[in-house]
This record gives sequence, C-alpha cells and structure tokens, in this order.
Amino acid sequence: MKTRLLFLCTFLMLCCIQLNAQKVYTKNGSVSFFSTSSMENISASNNQLMSVLNVPSGELQFSLLIKGFHFKKSLMETHFNENYLESDKYPKATFKGKINNITIVNFTKDGTYNVEVSGDLMMHGATNKVTTAGTITVKAGVITATANFKVKLSNYKISIPKIVKDNIAETVDVKISCLYDQKM
Amino acid sequence: MKKIILFSFISMLGAAKLAAQDSTDLMSMLEKEQKKTTNYTIATFKSSRIINGHSVENIGKAVLDVRILHRFTPISGGIYQLFGLDGAYMRLGFDYGISNRVMVGIGHTTYAKTYDGFIKIKLLRQSTGVINMPVTMSLLSTINIRSDLARYDAFRNAAGQGYRRVHPSFGDRTTFVEQLIIGRKFSKRLSLQIMPTYIINHNRVDTINKYTVDRDSIQYGPYAKRKNSFAIGIGGRLKITKRLSLTAEYYYLLPNDKPANIHNSLSLGIDIETGGHVFQLHFTNATAMTESFAIPSTPDKFYGKNIRFGFNLSRVFNIGKHK
Repeated sequence: MKTRLLFLCTFLMLCCIQLNAQKVYTKNGSVSFFSTSSMENISASNNQLMSVLNVPSGELQFSLLIKGFHFKKSLMETHFNENYLESDKYPKATFKGKINNITIVNFTKDGTYNVEVSGDLMMHGATNKVTTAGTITVKAGVITATANFKVKLSNYKISIPKIVKDNIAETVDVKISCLYDQKM
Repeated sequence: MKKIILFSFISMLGAAKLAAQDSTDLMSMLEKEQKKTTNYTIATFKSSRIINGHSVENIGKAVLDVRILHRFTPISGGIYQLFGLDGAYMRLGFDYGISNRVMVGIGHTTYAKTYDGFIKIKLLRQSTGVINMPVTMSLLSTINIRSDLARYDAFRNAAGQGYRRVHPSFGDRTTFVEQLIIGRKFSKRLSLQIMPTYIINHNRVDTINKYTVDRDSIQYGPYAKRKNSFAIGIGGRLKITKRLSLTAEYYYLLPNDKPANIHNSLSLGIDIETGGHVFQLHFTNATAMTESFAIPSTPDKFYGKNIRFGFNLSRVFNIGKHK
C-alpha cells in the first residue's frame, strides 16, 4: 500500500513537472517594421523580443522595449522614441493572445503549420484586438514562430504631422520571428 | 501512512498550482530580467547647439549636419533697415559625427572672417537602470582663427626703408575655447546645462604698431593685450509641444575677466523641429556665432536697442553606414 501510494505520488508529481515543461520561451526573438511611402522607406528592427508559448494551450505572449528598436538613421531613432512612440512614457509593447487552431500543430513531428493568432496588441498606451496568420515550424523538437501583419498607426494614437505625412506610411508592416530556444 | 497521503496531496496541490500558472508569470519574470538593462536618456536638446553655444547633444554617427546661421544687424536700425534685416553676419558650418560620442565641425563666419573648428566628446551619458548616471557630460574644444587681415594692417618703417605692411601672425589671430558641458534632462519638457568655459586668447594684437579699430574689434583696443578669460554658461530648453521648444543661453564672464566695454551674452529663442530640419530663431546681444567671440567679446547690452534677431538652420544628412 505504502509503495503504491509513493509510486502514485511520484507519478503525479512527474506529470505536473512535465506539464510545466510545456512552456517554451525566448528572450531574443526579432521584430522589424517597414514603412513604405512615396518619399522614403523607413525600417527598424529589435532583436530583444521576448515571447512565451504555452505548447498545449496555444497561449502566446510577446513583450519588447520600444527603445530596443534600432534605425539606420540615428535621428529617426530619436524621433521615433521622442515624438511618435514616446518611449519614456510608454516603454514597452506587449501582445497577449492565443493560437486559435493549436490542435493542428503536431509538436512531435517536424513540419510547418499555418496557424491563426488572435489577441490584444498593446503599445503607446492603446490596446487593439489583432488577428493574423502565422506559421509554427517544428524541427527536431525546436519550435519557431513567424508572423507578418499590419499595424495602423492611428489605432495606436500615433499621429503623423502634416509636414511629414508623405514620408511616413499610415500602416506599417510588422515582421516577427521567434526561435523558442528555452523551456520551462 | 497518513503522512504520505498528506504529502502527496500537498505536492499535487503545489504542482497543480504551478501548472495553472499561465504564461503571464513567466513573462513578468522575463520582464524583470529585462529591467536590468541601462536606459540612456535621449533628446536632451533638439540640436547640438542651444543658440550660440553647444548643447550636451551630439549628432549620431555618420551624420552630416549642415548649419547655416545668420545674425542680423541690431534692431535699432528701425524700419529703414527693417529692424536689422538689411544686414547680417553669417556662418556656414559642417558638423560630422565620427561616432555616437565624438563629433567634429568646421565653419566660416563673416564676422571677423573667422575660420573655426571644434571637437566635442561625450564623456558621460545620463541614464537609469544598471548604470545610474544623473548627468550627461561633454567636453568641447574649439579653435578660431581670424582672417580679416586688412583690419590689422599695420605699416612699419623698417630701418628707414619706407613703410611696409605687416600682418599679425597666425598664432596672434587665434583663440581657443575649452568647455565642459554638464547637462541633465529633468523631465520630458525641461533640460538644463551648465558650461564652465575657459577662453584662451592668443590675439596678441599689441605686437602690431597700428591698426584700424572699429566697433566690431573694440576688444582689440590699441596696444591692449587681451587676457584669457573664464566664463560660466547656463543654458536650457523648455519643450512646449513635440516640435517646439523655448531655449535660453547666458554666459557670465568672471568680473576680473570682463572688460568694461564688454557685456555678458544672453540669448533667448525657440527651436522648431520638422523631420531632419531644426530651425532656431532667437534674439541675442552677441554678434558672433561661436563661443570664442560671443562669450568674451559681446559689445552690446541685451536690454537695449542693440539686440539682434538671428536664426540657425540645421539640416542633417546620413552619409556612410550607421553601423
């Protein structure tokens, strides 16, 4: 009896530990954005995107520091932080959401799966519901997630002054790529 | 027996709680780690200059800043001279960012036909986080060379061989300014800085027999050897909107270093920023546009008819690779 109970107890604990092991995360995912307009093309990237993916539930979170975005032109970076994203006031952007069709992903089998993600994107003090297509790639047990989506600046209270209206697009393209290299 | 059941139950509860933790806890843990970075203060000033003098701000690496400066003649010219706008001194300058901490620049001013060059090095950066630094500190070193030789024209009778024109030597027309700029961005709106400044005047014009003296070279009074001077500057900006700031700059010459006919320079202005341009419009009592003359050689009072309107126009270009 004692032995059985002990066994059961150990088994349950192991189970629980294994459940916990199904969260994967990364601290150096990459995110970049592109603004294409008739006057100039603007792009910036940030390689310190943090993301947590809960494998069984499909729960997905992202977080990044606005100041982590780097531009080719340093003055643009200053303006981005000072005038547009106001990074001292709103230092980070986050996404909390879910992979809606997580069941189609077989995490034990190599392959690329098309998924749909929806959730709340928060930046510059404004939150919006976002739904986008993305991919989950499983290779030798390592998970990589990518997504491309559009962000309309006015939805996030980012106003473009008339004088530079031709230089900055109203909608920017965002690219995300995360290699979940750590487990917990 | 009971103990085992109890232990098993507790561990299950504990484990279940762990499992029930959503990703938020993991994310907040990661975000805590993220806070262990250093957050450097940006945009203390809109431009590398407040008005006549430098701000703590540097232009970025591989950035070329073309600066066109005008100081009009005093507003005392009245409507006949459109309050001074009929005449102007002008400086054309080119600044370049060697790195994000080191910038150099050259320029030419029509005032006293001056050629100037400078190097500015950012020694400390205001930051919070891992490195907590309350101020930004820069070191500025400038050289100014007058080339208005005609003004110095002197005629020397060399051993009865008739009068010969002599010009002061290169070194006798040179001024150096060494300045420490200590600034702090107190809030999104308010930035202040203090600038201890040492001006090394090598204008040994007393070596010349005779030369023309006019209003603009009053500091070179006949046979007067100009001594080196020490000044303390204060400057600041108050941001009104995202693209508009009020600016002020004042240089206080130590009493012993201030000749009676010279006034401390005070400038008040606004900065307007539009993309790659910064327009700085101001009123100032200084005639010159660089430290070497504006600080120790301003002949007019600020509170009087002889203040001038002026503007600085800055346009940046990115040349070369940023990284």
